[in-house]
Amino acid sequence: MRLAALLLGAGMAFAQTNVLTVASAPKLLAKRNETVTAKVHLQLRSGYHVNSNTPSDAYLIPLKLTWKADPLESPEVVYPKPTMEKTEFSEKPLSVFSGDFEIATKFKTPANAPAGPAIITGKLRYQACNERMCLPPKTIDVPLTVDVQ
Amino acid sequence: MPSACTLYLKKVNCVYNWRGWLLIGPVLAIGLLTPACSNSNSSVRAAVKAEKDRKRAPDFNLKDVNGTPVKLSDYRGKVVLLNFWATWCGPCKIEIPWFMDFEQRYKDQGFAVLGVSMDEDGWEAVKPYLADKKVNYRVVLGDDSVGNLYGGIESLPTTFLIDRDGRVASTHIGLVSRKDYEGEIARLIESDKRAALR
Repeated sequence: MRLAALLLGAGMAFAQTNVLTVASAPKLLAKRNETVTAKVHLQLRSGYHVNSNTPSDAYLIPLKLTWKADPLESPEVVYPKPTMEKTEFSEKPLSVFSGDFEIATKFKTPANAPAGPAIITGKLRYQACNERMCLPPKTIDVPLTVDVQ
Repeated sequence: MPSACTLYLKKVNCVYNWRGWLLIGPVLAIGLLTPACSNSNSSVRAAVKAEKDRKRAPDFNLKDVNGTPVKLSDYRGKVVLLNFWATWCGPCKIEIPWFMDFEQRYKDQGFAVLGVSMDEDGWEAVKPYLADKKVNYRVVLGDDSVGNLYGGIESLPTTFLIDRDGRVASTHIGLVSRKDYEGEIARLIESDKRAALR
């Protein structure tokens, strides 16, 4: 019985590699010469946190969202306010995101952007931990469908 | 202070309905747990595999901070604490001072700590950290291929205790208590000493 519990525990530990879920973003309507804001909704598995975009320690890997925005321009990423969380493994509180959170990005739509649908792709880099272990840093694609009008 | 066994027995008794188990619960629990609780290192005994169940630790050839090649097989004859870690891993940093202490205390008894950093940024990230923390044991730079040899290191810290014959005696994924490590190291050093005397 104890052996089974140990094996189950180990299996669970190795299965916890995908702890961050990115919700599909609704289609973005982008009008020429205007600014539009896209919101990426993220959900982190309970018990885990990711470092914020401004981590407390130079060794920690920040969460970062970057975009290949074409046909839109000048993406300005706005991160939520991080929480300062005390963990068992750190003397000082860490600047983290946990639970559900949203990252907003403001795009400019140029006057000469071709009308019609397009897909722009963001790259989200993050590194997650819980109280006992950390997962390796990961970069995932964040696709966004845009309709230029 | 209650021992780990006492606490475990209490927990076992609380799991079931107390009415039915009030009389037979403790008897059954004691009967089931007596072999495991026959000494204070019961949890250590559970974590350290029996010699017949140990598998060979895969060998590797990695470089340390000075560029010197390091093979795990170089450590044959020693008990090795092989720790996969990274500078961005908070729980790993709790363990590092313990490992430094173990290295200091047990090195004369045929024990060594070997760290394998999984930092993607390589020595650029690791070297300053080792210098800053005055890490007194050897650290090599790892990668996915060495991680795959050990079943794929997907969480850090992951630590293997390897016996003097180069076989994996125990595996720990995630932060483990210092006491557990101390118990396991002591047990491996002692059992290997006994084997040498036979």
